Amino acid sequence: MWKYILKRILWLIVIMLSVAVVIFVILWFVPGDPAQIVLGSGATQADIERQREIMGLDRPFLVQLGTYLRDVFLRFDFGESYVFGTPVISEFAARLPRTLGLGLISMLLNIIIGIPLGVNAAIHRNSFQDQGLLIMAMVFISVPQFWLALMMVVLFSVKMGWLPPYGVGGISYWVMPVLANSLSGIAMNARMTRSAVLETIRADFVTTARAKGLSERVVIYKHMLPNALIPVVNALGMQLAMVVGGTVVIEQVFSFPGIGQYLLTGVTSRDYPVIRGSVLILALFSAVITLLVDLFYAYLDPRIKAQYINYGSKKKGGK
Amino acid sequence: MANTPKKKQTQLSQIMGRLKKNKVAMGGLIVLIVIAIAAIFAPLVAPYDPNYMDYSALNQTPSAAHIMGCDNLGRDIFSRIIYGGRYSLSLGLICAVIGMFFGVFFGTMVGYFGGQVDNIVMRICDVWMAIPATLLAIIISASLGSGFGYTVLALTVGGIPGSIRGTRAMALKEREMEYLEAAKAMNCSKMKIMYKHMMPNIIAPTIVGTTGQIGATMMSAAGLSYIGLGIQPPAAEWGAMCSAARDYIMKYPHMMIWPGVAILITVLAINMLGDGLRDAMDPRLKD
Repeated sequence: MWKYILKRILWLIVIMLSVAVVIFVILWFVPGDPAQIVLGSGATQADIERQREIMGLDRPFLVQLGTYLRDVFLRFDFGESYVFGTPVISEFAARLPRTLGLGLISMLLNIIIGIPLGVNAAIHRNSFQDQGLLIMAMVFISVPQFWLALMMVVLFSVKMGWLPPYGVGGISYWVMPVLANSLSGIAMNARMTRSAVLETIRADFVTTARAKGLSERVVIYKHMLPNALIPVVNALGMQLAMVVGGTVVIEQVFSFPGIGQYLLTGVTSRDYPVIRGSVLILALFSAVITLLVDLFYAYLDPRIKAQYINYGSKKKGGK
Repeated sequence: MANTPKKKQTQLSQIMGRLKKNKVAMGGLIVLIVIAIAAIFAPLVAPYDPNYMDYSALNQTPSAAHIMGCDNLGRDIFSRIIYGGRYSLSLGLICAVIGMFFGVFFGTMVGYFGGQVDNIVMRICDVWMAIPATLLAIIISASLGSGFGYTVLALTVGGIPGSIRGTRAMALKEREMEYLEAAKAMNCSKMKIMYKHMMPNIIAPTIVGTTGQIGATMMSAAGLSYIGLGIQPPAAEWGAMCSAARDYIMKYPHMMIWPGVAILITVLAINMLGDGLRDAMDPRLKD
């Protein structure tokens, strides 16, 4: 297991390096001169030339890329915002906990609400609650997050006056962003869990367990669930990318000052260090959680671990 | 050879037969057809020009003349929603088809060759997928601009690796089948084995999976427009309409409600049809 974990951590570093390169290259192709952005529209040609030299923009592409990677990965220096002139990393200190909180609480709700709902629906199949859940889940999967968030604002802030419509502060400021960010995930998890449990209901080992005379509770919680949840855990990793992407839009709707909102201000003002840094942090967030989910998955299903370990040794053997 | 098309037809007609019995899916299909017809023949269906500004009807709430009301520039919201269907439906469809094409092309190839090719492509996909699709769409859209083509690119890129993975998994299963051995024994070229023998067996489940993608893509497109990227105002795109209505949400929520309802109904219809197709493909899943 340790070997597997080590391998996955090394791979995580490779992925983060590649993400940094990809983002750098994409932004490289954007028309417009960063020196011009820093100096504003009133700058003369000579000023811009000087600024380009200071920023190292006159050096070859590969040297710039190398400098960037060295700064980020060895010195944890994400550069300074072109527009505000402040180091990007200092903004992260205040914003990252908010985004992490929003993302993690949403993930947690997805799991602790979605999975039991799905299990319950599968056990009481075709009942009123099952049908109701399926309809609700379908609606929440089909509703755009940003619109759901805005409708919540209309209902809970404008009409009822219960919750603050935007900003940060106490717990009340977190309720709507978290709900808006997690409802579709809860719906997805519930549906997936339901069909996964239904798949196992017909499995032979469940029939065997029943035939042994075990109580229904033991059959469900000890025999069915651990097996049914394996594909659900696997899908959680994919869902996480959606949650992280979702926070960007949700933060924008609620003017919630997290990394996603920082990224969008960077995008509108073409503030490259801000864009690069934010994307890298969000990708790291998503990659770390994916790693944790995968490790948990390997722990649940020993077949996966075996597959990974054999995979490596097989490669060395030629094929 | 003569048997192949015949067998495929019966498989397809079986699926269609099962689909027809599914009331929910057929309901979704009918709603979708109505929306598509309204969007295609928008000039005939819409009561007003989507960009005509009636200064006597600024911010008007729903009434008999304007059933969904007017926006802050006095444009009829119902007419704009009908025209907006053009953007959403075409974006959803085009992106899904392009994504499926790449997925099937590379997925089949990777699954067939396996070994080192598989290894390299899968590692590239891992990196690709490490950047959440929404982020990738935002960056591409922000760096290229807001045209229709760029928006298609932005929305497609993030979905390709997932699509390749899905097809690859199916191709790996097909690789073990006996008919491939037979094809190899007959000395078929690799291209022929991959795209003539393997692909037809992979394409049906892929189409079903893609149907599910269309709705998600439409929501991403609307989200992108909402945050000010992608298709932009004054275009009558549903997300862009929501974005423009943001400043008036306190006093005139109807401007925000109706475009969202349009997205919800369209995506719901697509998902209902997609679920029905999946059940029809694999009746085992249903019960």
